[in-house]
Amino acid sequence: MCRLALKTATTPFSPYCVLQAMETMQEGYDGSGLGLLLRGVEFKDFSYRSPDPILSGVAHTEEALNRLDQYMLQKKGFTKKYEHEFQVDLSEIAATDRYKYFTRVYQIPRHWNAYSKELIEHELMMTSLHLRKDGADHGEDLSIFSFWPDVVMIKEIDWPLAVGRALSLDDGRIKARVIMAQGRQNTNYGVNLHACHPFFLQGIATMTNGENTAFLPIKEWLEGRDFPGYTGYQSDSEVFAHILHYVIRQLKLPLQTYKHVITPLNNKELAAHPQGEFLRGLRDVCRRLIIDGPNAVIGTLPDETCLLVMDAKKMRPATVGGKPGEWAIASEMCGVDALVPDRDRSKDFQPMREHTIIIPPDRQELEIWSQFDQLPQTQAA
Amino acid sequence: MVPIRSVTSDPGSLSPNDLPWIIEHNEDRCTLCGKCAAVCPVNTLKLSYMRKRMPKIVLSSSERGSSYKTFVGIRQNTDVGQRCIGCGSCAMVCPNAAIHPIHNKTDRYRFQNTKKGEAPTRGGRRNEPGPSLLDQISFNRISMLTDPALDAGRHEFSLNTLLGRVLPPEEFIRRQTTGEWTPPIREIFPFIIGSMSFGALSPNMWLGLLQGVAYCNEVLGIPVVMATGEGGCPPWVLKSPFLKYIILQIASGYFGWDEIIRAIPEMQCDPAAIEIKYGQGAKPGDGGLLMWYKVSKLIARLRGVPEGVDLPSPPVHQTLYSIEESVMKMIQTMSMAFNFKVPVYPKISGSNSAKSVLNNLVRNPYASALMIDGIDGGTGAAYNISMDATGHPIASNLRECYLDLCAQGKQNEIPLFAAGGVGKNGNVTQNGMALIMLGASGVHMGKYIMQSAAGCLGNEQNRCNACNLGICPKGITSQNPKIYRRLDPDRVAERVAETFMSIKTEMKKVMAPLGRSQSLPIGMSDALGIGNKDAAERLNIRYVC
Repeated sequence: MCRLALKTATTPFSPYCVLQAMETMQEGYDGSGLGLLLRGVEFKDFSYRSPDPILSGVAHTEEALNRLDQYMLQKKGFTKKYEHEFQVDLSEIAATDRYKYFTRVYQIPRHWNAYSKELIEHELMMTSLHLRKDGADHGEDLSIFSFWPDVVMIKEIDWPLAVGRALSLDDGRIKARVIMAQGRQNTNYGVNLHACHPFFLQGIATMTNGENTAFLPIKEWLEGRDFPGYTGYQSDSEVFAHILHYVIRQLKLPLQTYKHVITPLNNKELAAHPQGEFLRGLRDVCRRLIIDGPNAVIGTLPDETCLLVMDAKKMRPATVGGKPGEWAIASEMCGVDALVPDRDRSKDFQPMREHTIIIPPDRQELEIWSQFDQLPQTQAA
Repeated sequence: MVPIRSVTSDPGSLSPNDLPWIIEHNEDRCTLCGKCAAVCPVNTLKLSYMRKRMPKIVLSSSERGSSYKTFVGIRQNTDVGQRCIGCGSCAMVCPNAAIHPIHNKTDRYRFQNTKKGEAPTRGGRRNEPGPSLLDQISFNRISMLTDPALDAGRHEFSLNTLLGRVLPPEEFIRRQTTGEWTPPIREIFPFIIGSMSFGALSPNMWLGLLQGVAYCNEVLGIPVVMATGEGGCPPWVLKSPFLKYIILQIASGYFGWDEIIRAIPEMQCDPAAIEIKYGQGAKPGDGGLLMWYKVSKLIARLRGVPEGVDLPSPPVHQTLYSIEESVMKMIQTMSMAFNFKVPVYPKISGSNSAKSVLNNLVRNPYASALMIDGIDGGTGAAYNISMDATGHPIASNLRECYLDLCAQGKQNEIPLFAAGGVGKNGNVTQNGMALIMLGASGVHMGKYIMQSAAGCLGNEQNRCNACNLGICPKGITSQNPKIYRRLDPDRVAERVAETFMSIKTEMKKVMAPLGRSQSLPIGMSDALGIGNKDAAERLNIRYVC
């Protein structure tokens, strides 16, 4: 059922520390995939400036990398500012056809300076979608995981620590303030790099344990939105990231409504809710987005907010713990123990079906928000 | 050439062997009580004297070798109009099990069923025995590993569906912000009692249904709704709080709408919805037909017509000249009549043009749903040829419409309801859930409810099917008080409640293994499999064998 670990800290830390936490939960995955997302990144040998987009992925052939370069530099007009060179030793893992893992910092084309923020974000998404399609059109020789400021993604098929050693993630040359990792337990869908969580769209990322049994109708609904980013779906869990994106970016609703969309309250509970009428209407119009679980969903937003929600049946465990400035969310208690060992454990929290755990960007205290509470924004009233 | 007068056979002569049902009578057990003949709805039983030879051995050659016994036996009328319909009422009332009808597969009467030049008509539905396509669909995406199956008996399940126009979320939020009108939406149980008119059903039957529906809603908490069919609704129901469980139907004859419009100021609540009937699966492209036998005093009053006359509805709404215009005008008019607080949707027969109607509706802001009725739907009266050979099977028609909505990204906006053969072979939940996973938001069932709640005797081997004649042996579709007194409305209500309670349990038993409990699995076609390659391809579901 997969295992998840997220750590967020004011001081950047190494991704290897999260992989060690994954090791404590090793019974829960089968090495069919590891995904890592780093946000708030810091490179030892480069002073990163946050608006510059970072492209993450794998080129499986030299030709694919050349095509990528040609597209990014010549056709789109990006300038490569920095490339992080992983110390790669593939003997640790099963894959043999990885020509290059790339994490490249680009400077946006000069004429984009006149673009609005929305347009730049749209163009970044379209660029990554183009590259991904280019890879698919050439026998999957190019895998693109993200193209966004301040975000690095790494995906590989094998055991987490082995992947960490294969890419020398313990060398301290790359660090981040938010790191999320998922060890995948392959079930219904194929073993495939793109199926590794977390899933990412325009700065919004989620990862999940469990399986979303309502996947197909949700996927069909999202695909019908006519939004180019709602695509892919190599895993049933990708829709969680897209629903979060839809709620926050398309509907422009506060984060708290995400829970109301994916696991709405029942009529009796809504009748007693201060915004019951609105929420009932929201439930009706977003009915196709109700997840049926069992899932725990862990995610991050562009402002480094982190979140954890459960499905309504709460059949997948997840727990959160930490201290001001340093918090961890994991699908098992031992994962939290490994990530923040020196916390007050009596303050650990396991959310119930109505809770959304929000760790705000200041990381000072945990917000345990309940669906029964009033929504924070008047717009939603 | 001159026929031989001594052979009493003309071209239309039939013997009991030529009839679909042969009555077997055991004279040894018969006590001549006469109950069978009294109950027979078609008067096929005739008591008559018969003579039987009693052979005996005699030694004297001067005496005859046999004597004769005279006894009272039963003859079966071989006239087509009075043929045995196999209802088995005689067997039900016989105290000694001395009589029962036997199905005769080799009947010849159908070739003769054109007396006075009239084409055969009947009630019921398409006579096509055997498993339907819906029966062949299995649910095979069983949760086992990362998504454990749920416990149908312990988990909380959300089984309801929506009837009403669903706005795109962006538009909903915009209208919320500006305080504009949002279309009415009802949360209902996805199995709906389909439209059967208050003229087709006996007063005891619809009273029983209404009581049962009210019990389901108010005591059991299952939000069942029932549709009336054309023919209006009794004024006391219109003014009662039960109206909220009723979908009022308006069809091309507009029967009963005077009463409905007059009752609007006195209505305590809004009806569940308004259904505008353009077509019916059992007789697509045809209007309704209430035979004169069934136009009783009560029905005549409800419908505002004289007593004892045939009431055919025209095939189309006569005041309008095209379906597009009709749909637009009727929906808007009916919405306006109920202050835009009641969902209004059309009912059409399954056909190749269903998708065109759907696309009209998608662009109509007041259209609340689309109901498609397939070829296996039932009716109170229709020509045999319409029922057996005209129409479109529901599964593929519904699927086509759903996938069309998906392609437009509007599958949440216009709920599709399906009907036509749901529960034909008794597998009502399986059939209904298969349609739901193919994309229906809910299903209507009429015949099944008559069979389950009132013991309708009709089947797909041409048993009974006399709904059109007003002689329903169970009193379900008769307006003759001598017959419908047989039906106890309280027992019908009890059976309605039992039926819906068991459907609810069975729905959970389907949803739980799929790992679904939070929402109805509408469009969850990845859970379906069928052992018919062509059907799998047509329905875009998995082929399994």
